[in-house]
Amino acid sequence: MPSEDVRLDHRIIAGVVEAGSKILDLGCGNGDLMYLLAREKSARVQGIELDEAAIYECVKKGLSVIHGDIEEGLREYPDASFDDVILNQSIQQVRKVDEVFEQALRIGRRIIVGFPNFAHLGARSMLFFRGTSPMTKSLPYRWNDTPNVRFLSVTDFKRFCVEHALRILESHYLGGTKEVRFWPNLLAKDALFVLAKP
Amino acid sequence: MTKKGHPVGVVETQYLTFAGGAEPLRLESGKTLGPVRLAYETYGHLNEDRSNAILVLHALSADAHAAGHFKGSRDPGWWDAMIGPGKAFDTDLYFVICSNVIGGCKGSTGPSSLNLKTGKPYGLEFPIITIGDMVEAQRHLIDFLGIDQLLCVVGGSMGGMQALQWAAGCPKRVRAVIPIATALKNSPQQIAFNEVVRQSIMADPTWREGNYYDYGQPERGLAIARMLGHITFMSDQSMEEKFSRRLKNGNYSFKFGADFEVESYLRYRGDNFVKRFDANSYLYVTKALDYFDVSNGRLIGANGCEKIRFLVISFKSDWLYPPYQSQEIVKELKRKACDVTYCEIASTYGHDAFLLEVKEQTNLIRPFLDKTFHGYEVAEYAI
Repeated sequence: MPSEDVRLDHRIIAGVVEAGSKILDLGCGNGDLMYLLAREKSARVQGIELDEAAIYECVKKGLSVIHGDIEEGLREYPDASFDDVILNQSIQQVRKVDEVFEQALRIGRRIIVGFPNFAHLGARSMLFFRGTSPMTKSLPYRWNDTPNVRFLSVTDFKRFCVEHALRILESHYLGGTKEVRFWPNLLAKDALFVLAKP
Repeated sequence: MTKKGHPVGVVETQYLTFAGGAEPLRLESGKTLGPVRLAYETYGHLNEDRSNAILVLHALSADAHAAGHFKGSRDPGWWDAMIGPGKAFDTDLYFVICSNVIGGCKGSTGPSSLNLKTGKPYGLEFPIITIGDMVEAQRHLIDFLGIDQLLCVVGGSMGGMQALQWAAGCPKRVRAVIPIATALKNSPQQIAFNEVVRQSIMADPTWREGNYYDYGQPERGLAIARMLGHITFMSDQSMEEKFSRRLKNGNYSFKFGADFEVESYLRYRGDNFVKRFDANSYLYVTKALDYFDVSNGRLIGANGCEKIRFLVISFKSDWLYPPYQSQEIVKELKRKACDVTYCEIASTYGHDAFLLEVKEQTNLIRPFLDKTFHGYEVAEYAI
């Protein structure tokens, strides 16, 4: 049985992914998500990750992972190589966002994107009441040591999808332990979208 | 249970002779070679269904003695830290074979071997050997050992080229390939270094157009060639750490002696090499490196190689075979949608790192082999 301590976003992604799919996880970290998808969805998973220590973690789990930058590492894949390309909690650290989405759509049938919502109530109140850059569970870094270079909200991302003609197949808004039903741009700590070409 | 990192113990080099009769080995150059002798060692045991064999391939000047020690000697093999019970290539689990190369001088047929037609050593009569020819000879060995499919082929530097050649030439006979600190092809810079190496040997008058076997090695030329090699095996940083500008005798001699420790190190390495490696073999083996080229789609053809798993390893400070060349291998594998893992280890040892970074390589290789051997146990239920 799926264990209780599986992260909510991982649980949702595992629900979205079809059994036996070919998956590319961009910014796969220590491989927890890939491991889940490989074991429970029989997915054939491949990861790309910049951090060397995380590479050893992935290999230890028996996963295939490429040490490198996702901004540079997508061009060689043939068209439609994967069923799903996952960008979970990595898009906020990407500079060439447009290019990564363009490549991800070329090589994958769908894109699964998860990111912290910068317009969440907690972040807003830190800005409004304290006048400081938000530091929340989803945005845990101080301004001077954050790896994040993009700060986006649910509304920002929906607008991005319209501008780039991305079809939203599914949207999930995450509170702490369960999904949020109302006012996602205010109440969701993280958002998760499943996208496809128009 | 064996202890972690237990040594292999006493080993013996073995020899296979083949292609002696009417069917000599056909070489890429169009020439033939026979009979052919190939030196190899084995560690561990072949399992019943012959599915646990790993072929280890060595770099430029090494030999079949990869692990353990010979009777009466305490010198371990060149990759002893990686091969043995509980090590990266665990001999409690796998049957490890290390094969020498033809063209060399470490027990396999090469330019210093006796040419049966003339009764003298081949010298430059020896045909030019390619990495493909080396692998073809190794294929005879694997056939002889009764192994249809190798679990893994692995090597660093020139050994990595042989491993890639196995994938390119015999894709159905390997399940996994681990090319380390290597390339799809030598760059002009690498060819240039090799050319200086060869010119250094050939410029020594005692080389005598390769016919020096009655007189002794062209020592100066070969030693200088090896000195150049050692510079390329280290990194700027590792040389700084190892030697800095330390002086051998505390003061400048104001002569052309070896003042600096780095100078005496290179001289020592050069002089030592002359005792253990044949000058003509150095010419032949460096030529094989330069001719190797599996770029432009030649690594992965359309014959089932997409099933091979790859673990590509490079080292950050390696400027002889820099990480970009390993990334070229990875790109080639991505184009063919192959299963590939790649790691650039943040080592400061330069090209020599594949012999020295034991812990990091072990952390990659052990689980990679385990996954290749056992595969996943995928849960039957959906989430």
